[in-house]
Amino acid sequence: MYDVAIIGAGVIGAGIARELSRYDINVALIEKENDVSMGTTKANSAIIHAGYDALPNTNKGKFNALGNPMFDKLCEELDVPFKRIGSYVLAFSEEEVKTLEELYQRGLDNNIPGMEIVKRDELLKREPNLGDQVVAGLFAPTAGIIGPWELTIALAENAVENGVELLLNHEVLDIKKNDTFKVITNEGVIETKYLINCAGVFADEIHNMIAEKSFEIKAWKGQYYLLDKMKEPVVNSIMFQCPTDKGKGILILPTVHNNTLIGPDSEMFDDKDDVETDSDNLSFIQEKAKRTVHNLPMNQVITSFAGLRAKPSTKDFIIEEVKDVPGFFDVAGIESPGLSSAPAIAVYVADLVKAKYEDLKENIAFNPIRKAVPHFMSLSNEEKQALIAKDARYGRIVCRCEWITEGEIVESIHRKVGATTVDGVKRRVRPGMGRCQGGFCGAKVMEILSRELKKDIKTIVKDRSDSYIITGETKEVRS
Amino acid sequence: MKHYELVVIGGGPAGLAAAIEAKKNGIEDILVIERDKELGGILQQCIHNGFGLQMFKEELTGPEYAERYIVELGKMNIPYKIDTMVVDITADKEISYMSVAEGFVTISATAIVLAMGCRERTRGAVSISGTRPSGVYNAGMAQLLINTEGFNVGKKVIILGSGDIGLIMARRLTLEGAEVVGVLSRGGYAAGLARNVVQCLDDFNIPLMLNRTIIKINGKDRVESVVLVDMDENKQPIPGSEETVECDTVLFSVGLIPENELSEKADIHLDRKTKGPLVDDTMATDVDGIFACGNVVHVHDIVDFVSFESEKAGKNAAKYIQGIRGKSRSHVKTKAGNGIGYIVPQEIQLVHDEKIVELFTRVRHVDTDVKFVVKLGDKVIREIKKNHVTPSEMEKIVIAASALELSNEILTVEVTKEGV
Amino acid sequence: MSKVHELICIACPLGCHLKVTEGDTILVEHAKCKRGEAYGVKELTNPTRIVTSTMKIEGAMFSRIPVRTAQDIPKHLIFECMKEINKVTLQAPIKMGDVLIENLLGTGVNVIASRSMKKV
Repeated sequence: MYDVAIIGAGVIGAGIARELSRYDINVALIEKENDVSMGTTKANSAIIHAGYDALPNTNKGKFNALGNPMFDKLCEELDVPFKRIGSYVLAFSEEEVKTLEELYQRGLDNNIPGMEIVKRDELLKREPNLGDQVVAGLFAPTAGIIGPWELTIALAENAVENGVELLLNHEVLDIKKNDTFKVITNEGVIETKYLINCAGVFADEIHNMIAEKSFEIKAWKGQYYLLDKMKEPVVNSIMFQCPTDKGKGILILPTVHNNTLIGPDSEMFDDKDDVETDSDNLSFIQEKAKRTVHNLPMNQVITSFAGLRAKPSTKDFIIEEVKDVPGFFDVAGIESPGLSSAPAIAVYVADLVKAKYEDLKENIAFNPIRKAVPHFMSLSNEEKQALIAKDARYGRIVCRCEWITEGEIVESIHRKVGATTVDGVKRRVRPGMGRCQGGFCGAKVMEILSRELKKDIKTIVKDRSDSYIITGETKEVRS
Repeated sequence: MKHYELVVIGGGPAGLAAAIEAKKNGIEDILVIERDKELGGILQQCIHNGFGLQMFKEELTGPEYAERYIVELGKMNIPYKIDTMVVDITADKEISYMSVAEGFVTISATAIVLAMGCRERTRGAVSISGTRPSGVYNAGMAQLLINTEGFNVGKKVIILGSGDIGLIMARRLTLEGAEVVGVLSRGGYAAGLARNVVQCLDDFNIPLMLNRTIIKINGKDRVESVVLVDMDENKQPIPGSEETVECDTVLFSVGLIPENELSEKADIHLDRKTKGPLVDDTMATDVDGIFACGNVVHVHDIVDFVSFESEKAGKNAAKYIQGIRGKSRSHVKTKAGNGIGYIVPQEIQLVHDEKIVELFTRVRHVDTDVKFVVKLGDKVIREIKKNHVTPSEMEKIVIAASALELSNEILTVEVTKEGV
Repeated sequence: MSKVHELICIACPLGCHLKVTEGDTILVEHAKCKRGEAYGVKELTNPTRIVTSTMKIEGAMFSRIPVRTAQDIPKHLIFECMKEINKVTLQAPIKMGDVLIENLLGTGVNVIASRSMKKV
């Protein structure tokens, strides 16, 4: 039996798991897919918001403001890419400047540091590619960009290193309670004292298995374009457009890997599994994005994708113990600024659990430090030589677009919470993220997975369990 | 730091031909660097025939063509490294490479020949919406998996792109037991060679769908279907013509792009149109002592022309190393005129006693009964009639060197309708 | 009335558009070479093709080796040819040109290796 079970291994669930691993309790992190970070965490804008946008006296406002400053320490401990590049909300008319002033005031109310409204002339000095209609911008220096799945994988890895048990491929089918919770999954029953619901777009369904319906989660899809790395960046900071009630407008921003991200739009979808992109939506994104930068180099697009956000009917994060089901905690409706709030939410929820114990002992073996798989091409020539001398597989480049070595791929497979799929390798060490989108390295990555996991290469999948790649061997007898 | 007289980057048909020719012209100290586990480049997975008719007057398969050069390289004792990737080159001709055997090494060279070939355009670059399931391949990757690894990639396949790779794969998949639902061309004609339409599609009753494309891919985890749509003359989808077709595999054969990340590291300037380095009539790039040849300069249709071009690069690299590269007898830049996509070389210098200059070009549109008009400045210096031209077939135009001597005018090639 | 066929010659990459007229003899027009003329006649009387494929191999760096029919075989035997090729598993080493199947399906044509593969 576990002390705590967490449903959902996205950035929220993994973050809470890591916080709880500081204590001497048994924690299970339950995930229905074959890897962590497969839901909303996999496809979002990757922004750490400054925090002016959320209304004060809301959970969103509170946790964003608390969470933002926590990222430097967190990302250093976990060796996760994070850059504070600042953000601008752009006004395209004098009317919109009024909105900037509102946001500025809200920022002050939320105690967000360093904000200022920058007029066009100064703005163009900092961002020379901005379009003709940009009148002013609200600058927030504490906004940043991060690798969201890198963060989640690091959180999960550190949590597991510190004693958390990760249960992948466990889909929660039902929940029963006597004194303890019985979480019924497709891989058996998990018994636990406390249960935390971090199930993303499915959080309402999980909640309703054990408690009275009290909120609804709707899946809102956002679609994106990803552009190739270029010699000159399109923008240096995160560019928002003046917000409407549908969202924060179409963004243009650099990623931590020096690509450019454009999007997202915002549309509700009934199917909580639907992450397809739509050409009309993509055209809309392009059109709107061009207000910010007129000559967007769309010929540099390497892929487009979509992600779902969990929009709660309450319009705010739901982070609380459910009154009529003591011991069951909802952490639901974590849409934007969810990623930015994640570290603060993790600490808060861990404290809620802590409060249940009279005398909770610390995990004396807890080690907050986790080192990422070395990024070979960032090392100095001497360091490269030393690494190859230690493991010759670092001498062979597999991914030619991102210059990733076989050594890195092998390491990513053998870590705790290691990669088991082609996209799992991609999210951990990047082969397949570049301009050829896996066309060159895909077969090699499959071979390496097959060899290292001692699995028949025909069983290696791209992403989720049903995404088979090879359908058989040539020369098989045909029926 | 170890120094070589000539380093050839890429051990495919271009690199091999260049290295062999350099040795034949007196260079001993050569190194060929190849990232794959054997020499031969892309030819090793091109198991079909159609290679060698110009060079050897025989029709060979890709591997047969490659083996001729690999054997000759061996006979000439030209050193090479395999499983070795060049990760950096500088304008000072320092080359850094990596391998399991040697680790991270930097060497220098008197001259370099770039022969890195090209890569495929992807689905992302063609912006097809829908899901991102498994079962979506570039034709080249599918070819590698089937031919070299021996794996089937799908049972019911649709192919976007009627270039030669798409056509060849339609046949290959069929022979290995898959059902090829069709090959789509966004334009009104097949992009590949007519012979391939016959022997890859007609022979097997595989439909060639013209003016059609894929606008969406469906499938939660694996491809389940695609949505096809008709295209109008402006390459826009015609609303209402959507058709959903069941399949489990999509192959993309949507173009090749020369791979010049390394070239850019050496500050070599590229031609926006070819996406390859600017080269002169000796295959020299605009960085002293660095030459380029093959698909890295411009995408070829026929490997024999890659070999001819690479011999030129190897021979001229040899002369450069020997210090006998002559002075320019002309400074003629070439310009693509009406109806022309690009011209290689982009500059003509006439540094040796060339009698002729070969221009390689592609037209922008399919046409019949046309003529190529070559002008130096305003003066027409050559006209060539052609029955039939298409962007998917590279054309060679030969000009007498004497017409260009001492000139610094612009040489333009355009294509016009005959009788105009 | 003689039947006229519009054929594309596949003997080389040029792909000449042939006009082939059936009659007492077969007339082939617009071929740029002798091979094209021969192709025009053959395509109507006894169409043939070269078949290229791969064969299973053990003990080499790869699990498949490219193979080809040394000359063209009757077109209607293509899939039978594939079946014969698929039955074989070779042992490395193989030299380019080695005869792997002699007199395929009684055609007098051999299936040969398109490349050498060393034993590893």
